[in-house]
Amino acid sequence: MSIDVRNVTKTFGSYTALSNVNLQVKDGELVALLGPSGSGKTTLLRIIAGLEIPDDNPDSSILFHGEDVARRQVGERQVGFVFQHYALFKHMSVFENIAFGLRVRPRHLRPSNDVIADKVNRLLKLIQLENLGKRFPAQLSGGQRQRVALARALAIEPRVLLLDEPFGALDAKVRQGLRNWLRRLHDELHVTSILVTHDQEEALEVADRVVVMNNARIEQVGTPSEVFHNPASEFVMDFLGNVNVFRGRIENGFAELGHFSLKVPHLPKSEAQDANVYIRPHELEIELQANGTPSLPATVARINPAGSYAKIALAASDGRELQVDLPFERFSELNLHLGDHVFVSPKKVRVFVPEYVI
Amino acid sequence: MSHPSAAISGGKNRRAANDPLWLQSLLISLSLGFVGLMLVLPLSIVFIEAFRDGIGAYLKSFDDSAAWEAIKLTVISSAIAIPLNLTFGLAAAWAIAKFDFKGKSLLITLIDLPFAVSPVISGLIYVLLFGLQGWLGPWLAAHNIRIIFAVPGIVLATIFVTFPFIARELIPLMQQQGSDEEQAALSLGAGGWQTFWRVTLPNIKWGLLYGVILCNARAMGEFGAVSVVSGHIRGKTNTVPLHVEILYNEYNVVAAFAMASLLALLGLVTLAAKTYLEWKVQQELQSSLEPSSAEA
Repeated sequence: MSIDVRNVTKTFGSYTALSNVNLQVKDGELVALLGPSGSGKTTLLRIIAGLEIPDDNPDSSILFHGEDVARRQVGERQVGFVFQHYALFKHMSVFENIAFGLRVRPRHLRPSNDVIADKVNRLLKLIQLENLGKRFPAQLSGGQRQRVALARALAIEPRVLLLDEPFGALDAKVRQGLRNWLRRLHDELHVTSILVTHDQEEALEVADRVVVMNNARIEQVGTPSEVFHNPASEFVMDFLGNVNVFRGRIENGFAELGHFSLKVPHLPKSEAQDANVYIRPHELEIELQANGTPSLPATVARINPAGSYAKIALAASDGRELQVDLPFERFSELNLHLGDHVFVSPKKVRVFVPEYVI
Repeated sequence: MSHPSAAISGGKNRRAANDPLWLQSLLISLSLGFVGLMLVLPLSIVFIEAFRDGIGAYLKSFDDSAAWEAIKLTVISSAIAIPLNLTFGLAAAWAIAKFDFKGKSLLITLIDLPFAVSPVISGLIYVLLFGLQGWLGPWLAAHNIRIIFAVPGIVLATIFVTFPFIARELIPLMQQQGSDEEQAALSLGAGGWQTFWRVTLPNIKWGLLYGVILCNARAMGEFGAVSVVSGHIRGKTNTVPLHVEILYNEYNVVAAFAMASLLALLGLVTLAAKTYLEWKVQQELQSSLEPSSAEA
């Protein structure tokens, strides 16, 4: 089931939650809406579900497989919605929670008890909680509850699965496990899914495509690799991972950053203007000797080797602090110590010209 | 403070336990004595007086059509007031807890009005409104409708006095629960009624029952407001509390206390039910806060 959101705006009083948003999701895709809190991602998800109504606008529509559902109630859209805080029915067993969507169907569409039991048991198996059907939500762990919430949403055979920060309330270890599990589940079921998250790692790891949102707008849509390696805006660059920012000027394909200049090939013929240069920590190289390439002298200020790479903080000669991520082989090769004098040079830079000059 | 370290390590409990015996006994006997003197003693006097001339005389007090009429009227007026206040309380709590609208805080304040106003005033309001000299009095008289000094007035006064009970019980409960579960039910295809019966109601049932019990106790025991609008017509517009007063004023002490014993009994049953419900809710709360088994 493809989803097509067109020209959707949503305001709450004087607050704009979504400003003329357009989004296409292909059939069977898993898309992540990623952004800081207040960026409008949850509002967009709830509008797709039918839990919020977009502002009146003749041009705005929400199409499920080409059919406009904007006027349909949430119950008629056949969406599976998974809430951040699970929203399980406290007074019902796990089994009854999952069966709920089938039991509330109109009599002529309601499956028999045997069919319901069969289906619920299959879903319990799918979420690996086969023996916990009789338990109540209060007797489950957070991760188990979220899986029950997912099974409950899947029981109605939704055309679209919508997940609102599904792992937001869980601890890091459980999140990681559930994330992988969700990806495998999606590969198995192929139901079109939209996942809201503020965790960039989660979005990049799970989704086929990532929609980066900020300030009620979509900043960029792309595969995880596209948004990470070719961010379309400063915001995306900044939001997806750590970054070192240099303020400087660009002119004729060169960026002037204080006392050294860098070639910026993608802006060859630009007029002289202020610009921000972004360099990711893993895209900075540390040398012990100046080797001719443009480089910045710096001193090692902190070393944090706990992680999959060594994190080095450098104090540059002009006073600013730089973050560098080094692979361990390189780290031990350099044999860095606190206070060492080194030279830093970028392997890759991105330059963004501020859109609004104040 | 010869052992300061002991006092510190023991915390509050230890220090309370270290209070001298005389202070402990003084506080305990003071509280018990007060409760005994002010509550238990009067309550037992009700029963002692009612049974003063033996169980035969007690039972004979009920062998009186006026007594039965009073009991009947009391039951009828609460039977009307409770369902109405139940509906109103649910609607108000739902609106306040789940929607945002202008005048919400005004509504919350107004719901408390009957608590703030003296019951006599509540009764007077209806007399001024529906009485012969009242605003609507002439019109009602012309159409031969009697409200004041008749059953409808008593029912109205009862409703007025008791309407905060259920709403007040439900508002904080529903506010705290939010509407996530309802939204989940709707997204799963349930209709409005199905959502209400299968999700909302089970979540608030204990609070609702608690409100109903308190509402019932007040509805049956109300004296002031009902007294103003009733007119005290024996066998017609007398509720149990009013009947107690009449009997007592007639020096019919045994009958008066026999009727009063019914109200006292109602109070005791209410108290027991209230305690049971609080215990029950505590149990459910405990089970939902039970440390969850290993994360998985």
